[in-house]
Amino acid sequence: MKNGIRTKAAFAVLAAVILTLLIADILLGSIYIPLKDIFAAFGWGSSHSGPGGLEPGVVRSIVADIRLPRAIVAVVGGASLAASGLQMQTLFRNPLAGPYVLGVSSGASLGVALFLLGVPLFGLSSGAEIIRNLGVAGAAWIGAAAILLMIMAASARLKDIMTILILGMMVGSAAGALVELLQYLSPEGPLKSYVIWTMGSVGNVTGPQLAILIPVCAAGLVMSVLLIKPLNLLLLGENYARTMGLRIPAVRGMIFLSTTLLAGTVTAYCGPIGFVGIAVPHIARMIFSDADHKILMPASIMAGAAMLLLCDIISQMPGYGMTLPINVVTALLGIPIVITVIVRNRKIL
Amino acid sequence: MASDRINIIELRALKIGYGRRILLEDVNTGFGWGEFTALIGRNGTGKSTLLRTIAGLARPMAGTVLVDGQDMAEMTPRQRASKIGFVSTEEIRVSNLRVSDIVGLGRAPYTDWIGKLTDQDRRIVQRSLELVQMEGFAGKGIDTLSDGERQRVMIARALAQDTPIILLDEPTAFLDLPNRYQICLLLRELAHMEKKSIIFSTHDLSVALELCDTMAVIEEGKIGYGTAEALIGDGSIQRLFEGTKLRFDVETKNVRLKE
Repeated sequence: MKNGIRTKAAFAVLAAVILTLLIADILLGSIYIPLKDIFAAFGWGSSHSGPGGLEPGVVRSIVADIRLPRAIVAVVGGASLAASGLQMQTLFRNPLAGPYVLGVSSGASLGVALFLLGVPLFGLSSGAEIIRNLGVAGAAWIGAAAILLMIMAASARLKDIMTILILGMMVGSAAGALVELLQYLSPEGPLKSYVIWTMGSVGNVTGPQLAILIPVCAAGLVMSVLLIKPLNLLLLGENYARTMGLRIPAVRGMIFLSTTLLAGTVTAYCGPIGFVGIAVPHIARMIFSDADHKILMPASIMAGAAMLLLCDIISQMPGYGMTLPINVVTALLGIPIVITVIVRNRKIL
Repeated sequence: MASDRINIIELRALKIGYGRRILLEDVNTGFGWGEFTALIGRNGTGKSTLLRTIAGLARPMAGTVLVDGQDMAEMTPRQRASKIGFVSTEEIRVSNLRVSDIVGLGRAPYTDWIGKLTDQDRRIVQRSLELVQMEGFAGKGIDTLSDGERQRVMIARALAQDTPIILLDEPTAFLDLPNRYQICLLLRELAHMEKKSIIFSTHDLSVALELCDTMAVIEEGKIGYGTAEALIGDGSIQRLFEGTKLRFDVETKNVRLKE
């Protein structure tokens, strides 16, 4: 029925792009290590580094402990943000919806700010590392969930696309204002760690955090896949979906849970990364020219992974001597796509 | 109406409205099998709300809706979806969404968790498109169609859902006059040839009088139901124009200015 060969080819290309970017992300980094040395460090071939070359042990540690986790976070984070963005765009029937635009990331930021800044401010200790890690994630989930609940409640009454977007911006700004207040009141130490967090990074995720991030995001992604049929029905709006047998409250609840876990967890550990959730589903639509979530969901997940890998590579290109905040790169790559969507097709959804 | 008639939809002591506003109260009526019925009434009398209530999209304030002898309130969404197909006035304009995909969504109550269409589902989709004469549009995007074509696609989607009942909320509202007649003729054919009970709300009195088997007229919180002749006979149609400068001419079945 559908031009299956073209779709399969596009998926194959996308997979190849992810693999290439994944390898590139591991090979490239702020410290230049010759390819030969990396292979040598893992026992493939002999080391020929002249004087000044890094010890094989150091190389091994850089690749295995820094670059590999970083690349994994980029894959999981990008996939998660894109999947949550696609769900929001379909649920709100709004091509410009996304975790960042609707204020969900801001809600998560407020949660994290309350945890990172508020807890020391009240003279409390945030305790052991595991508590701290869970606390950041939990605070982000609560913040994201609160904003999402507000937007969903409002969207049940307000049908207008623009009103919802403006509402999301306002709620996001309010969360931002509270964060600023917290920042103003905070001492330098926690403030600095919070500010660095807001710039976004896929490189600051520790091993124990990874152990939370991966299973939670995996659960959110599994839910995204289970939501493929409901999302397809929601393309026709909630009324039609209901007359075709969809249990709307259950589906709304599942979308709510899935997007909160996906966007909240990624925000907790990588910072509020903008423009991946909103832009990637459109990239998927452009590549596959399809509206079916059987195609759009896996395509968005894959394209999201590819986009964040690419952003991470750009953010630490050899030669800068430093790593740029990933938010700068996602914005510069994502915004042109969003503008294209606005200008070219005002009725894409 | 004969009392031994089998009704596919039975409304019992039905009370509908929203908020504090009661639109219809103590409605006791039935709609027959395989009939093509027009729902007539002035703006704000509750046509849409009645259709939405029967379809399970709105809860009745009191009373029950029986479909095929079963209480709608006790059915699961899936069961309801296998009884009643619904076509709303909502305009669907999703880019990249193909006509065949939309009609395929009509199979949702019967497909697996991911919504994969079987060969039989595809045959039903194809046949539904043929019934509304839109088979040539299967691969087209819904956002490229005209209003009339889009309405046909939405009807095909309801046909693919394979329900004994199809409800349509003002399916001819945005259409020009030839298209209105064509859509209504199509619905009439579907009712008679496919043995579907079709109820649609409309403001098109002349189309309804000419093409429908029966009509349901809402006036002052009550529903009058019967054939066009019966409703003209008891003055229901004429009363629609009370308080206006118009009158219904019984001879020509047309609306005239009062002299």
